[in-house]
Amino acid sequence: MLNAEKRKTLLLLIPVILVLIGYVLYPTLRTAYESFFHNGVLSLQNYEDFFGTKAKANLQALWNSVWISLLSVLFSALIGVPLAYIFNRYEFPGRRFFSNIAIMPIVLPSLVGVMAFMFLYGEAGLIPNAIKDLLNLSEVPFKIGGISGILIVHAYTMYPYFYMTTASALSNLDPSLEEAASNLGANRFKVFWQVTFPLLTPGLVAASLLVFMVSMASFSAPFLLAGGFRVLSLQIYFSKINGDLEMAATQSVILSIVSIVFLLFMRWYQGRKDYRMASKGIGAHRSEVSNPLLKWTMVTLGVFAVVILLLPHATLLILSLVPEGTWTWQTYPTVFNLENYTMLFDTPYIWEPVRNSLIMAFIACLGVFVFGIFTSYALVKRKFIGKNLLDILVMIPWALPATVVGMNLILAFNSPNPFSFGQILVGTFWILPLAYFVRFLPLVVRSTNAVLEQLDDSIEEAAQNLGAKWFYTFRKVVIPIIMPGVLSGTLLAFVQAVGEFPTSVLLYTIGNRPISIEIMNQLRMFNIGQAAAYGMIQVALIAVVMFISSRFLGVKAEKSLG
Amino acid sequence: MSTVHLSAITKQFGKVTAVEDLDLLIREGEFFTFLGPSGCGKTTTLRMVAGFYYPTKGVVKFNDRDMTTVPPEKRNTGMVFQNYALFPHMTVFENVAFGLKVRKMNKADTKKRVEDVLRKVRLDQYAERQVSQLSGGQQQRVALARALVIEPDILLLDEPLSNLDARLRDEMRAEILRLQKEYQITTIYVTHDQVEALTMSDRIAVFNFGKCQQVGTPTEIYNEPVNDFVAEFIGETNLLAVVEAGSGESQRSYHVDMLDNDVTVNNTSLNVAEYTENDELRMSVRPEAVEVSDQPITGTNVFPGKVKMVQFTGAAVHTYVEMNDRLTLVGTALNQGPSTYLKEGAEVYVRLPEDQIRIVPKAGV
Repeated sequence: MLNAEKRKTLLLLIPVILVLIGYVLYPTLRTAYESFFHNGVLSLQNYEDFFGTKAKANLQALWNSVWISLLSVLFSALIGVPLAYIFNRYEFPGRRFFSNIAIMPIVLPSLVGVMAFMFLYGEAGLIPNAIKDLLNLSEVPFKIGGISGILIVHAYTMYPYFYMTTASALSNLDPSLEEAASNLGANRFKVFWQVTFPLLTPGLVAASLLVFMVSMASFSAPFLLAGGFRVLSLQIYFSKINGDLEMAATQSVILSIVSIVFLLFMRWYQGRKDYRMASKGIGAHRSEVSNPLLKWTMVTLGVFAVVILLLPHATLLILSLVPEGTWTWQTYPTVFNLENYTMLFDTPYIWEPVRNSLIMAFIACLGVFVFGIFTSYALVKRKFIGKNLLDILVMIPWALPATVVGMNLILAFNSPNPFSFGQILVGTFWILPLAYFVRFLPLVVRSTNAVLEQLDDSIEEAAQNLGAKWFYTFRKVVIPIIMPGVLSGTLLAFVQAVGEFPTSVLLYTIGNRPISIEIMNQLRMFNIGQAAAYGMIQVALIAVVMFISSRFLGVKAEKSLG
Repeated sequence: MSTVHLSAITKQFGKVTAVEDLDLLIREGEFFTFLGPSGCGKTTTLRMVAGFYYPTKGVVKFNDRDMTTVPPEKRNTGMVFQNYALFPHMTVFENVAFGLKVRKMNKADTKKRVEDVLRKVRLDQYAERQVSQLSGGQQQRVALARALVIEPDILLLDEPLSNLDARLRDEMRAEILRLQKEYQITTIYVTHDQVEALTMSDRIAVFNFGKCQQVGTPTEIYNEPVNDFVAEFIGETNLLAVVEAGSGESQRSYHVDMLDNDVTVNNTSLNVAEYTENDELRMSVRPEAVEVSDQPITGTNVFPGKVKMVQFTGAAVHTYVEMNDRLTLVGTALNQGPSTYLKEGAEVYVRLPEDQIRIVPKAGV
């Protein structure tokens, strides 16, 4: 009897561990294993090729990835932090609206976002051409592409991480601390640098690490914008396309090592005891801007930011109304109608990718939902040896770049093994739902962890004390309480899975091609309108999910992203 | 209803011993309190009765049934948690009905029983409310009703009043006692608040460092503490190190180093606790026993001093008397008008009545 609790824990852990070993650990190790083979012979040749003098391209790509990521951190911080400070510390007309818009880049799936940027600011982009025509220039005044394109897209899509951490740190900051500093005679400058800023640092460091990781993993932006410029996540894709799986494995291992080191560093940093606020009941604390000049400068800044932030969405909407074959040599599109949307419903091959994405994302999310709840429950509420290790194992797919996750699955499941029930999964329908499952498991586990940690142990004990068995308690008490958090996490995973590009491009088959692949196909055929219409479907889906989350589940969906 | 019998209970968490070699017999229908500072093992003991922990060593019995390793859901105890642990997604009614639903009681009986108990805790108007809409005191009553409705053999209360404000606490104290008497249910009450313990309990067990120091009625615990920890933890007291100086038929004398003098104590079990030769000794005098006067007092154990501070609390007046530069004694008298307040700095006489002093051994750790 003494072991009843331990038995329950064990029963819970066995499936969790099996799934994690089969679909996370084994593929990762398999990749590492493959990387030590060259033409089927055990050797370090691949690593020599990577680091050696012969093939500079790979090392160059690694180096490019690193400094692009560093610059992405810098630019994201330079946009996100001041914006958060202004929108959270000063009261001026429209402040609330501006601060809601500030997280809009999150509503843009990466591939769709990059596409919108291309048509906005690229060679044939609407903005450069509009300026050219307005000012009667002979050439476009600027265009993005290559490094500048990647950096601008990164800054746009990643600054919200800085914005959100800064905003939440500022709202958790007890105003009386700053008041105490002023009271002791510090001027505003001193107060900021000696009190406010040090208290923001933990959040800023966390955001920097996150942006660095996300940027190292970034695939869509370099894929569409890089031109000849090489980054490591893209190199993996090229190696795979060229059929050099062993080199792809080696590159994946290098990128994995960087990512996992960052994951461990981040865990260590966040686990450290830091100076959190001890005081409770912190009220909002915003200075009313009374100086009219300053006030209207801020409003202008807000309006300007909103325009910049929403331009990609607007572009997407406009482009989606351009029917096929009507925008060829003209500078601007001239015909607008709903053809691209109606075709979704009356043309099967247009509708098919949408259906595929929805079905595959649904399957993956069903798995993530069930499995995520049990995993999170085991991690938060059960005691066992090796918990820390399990926690890291769950987070690995989150830390690994999507390209690497895709490669791992290719290498693990292009031959039969027990975890695929003796089947070859690569080239079948099931490999993509599996990839989405692995990719988005950490997201659901994290959002479930957050609600489970809020759930006091005494609630379960009370149910038990009243005579309820464990499973009854779990069904009738635990699940209903945590459901909003789990659902919002799962919904977010769902929309991300619908838009997922990097793993899709490595693993899709013609039969199960998802939306993102079809967007690429349409772009290749210069059918921009249809591609944009696909993008709009995703944007709409995300908007619906965020609305449901905040309205019915009381959860800010974007919180789960951080 | 049942008795609770803990014998030779030890509970270890890793290397830390939370409860050590505990023997307790809680009688049927008794209101029994575990009292002690935080980390003393009282909550751990309660949780072993509830079944959330299993003892490392020893046996837990309800009546004659061995419950040592029976899981909590099969013990039929009703527990009220410190934070109430109400199910946030259920109404008041659903919370209270939970235990009956688990017991597969039919709807009509459930409804009757729940309404009945809600009436008893005076919440019948609130049955359909969400628990988050209730005040702290009301939530407390829901928790009580939820524990009582299953007609448990034992009611377990884990610091149930610690989250309430002072006035509500008084009210709930009376409420809990009323319900306990009405249901005549064996009750274990955990608290660190000595006033709660003294006013509510039939008997009290005082815990410190995982060991039960003393079990007794409130008056026994207050008047005849077995060691200096119990004397100091319950109520206020003047505690001084003493050494036995002489022993007679009806009185004993002890040397008080801090007073540089001897005091005389009646040689009765009320005034002298059991101790052995090797024990360090302490003398405990309750402030309300200390006589302070600006007129010379006759009798034994009278010492001069100077008033250092007079503290007025309304019902009582505390007088702090500096006996010498090492020792200040406190005397408490009921407020009987301005004439009873002494002036700060006044020369006074202090008497420690020989029938009110208690000699106790220092508690071993």
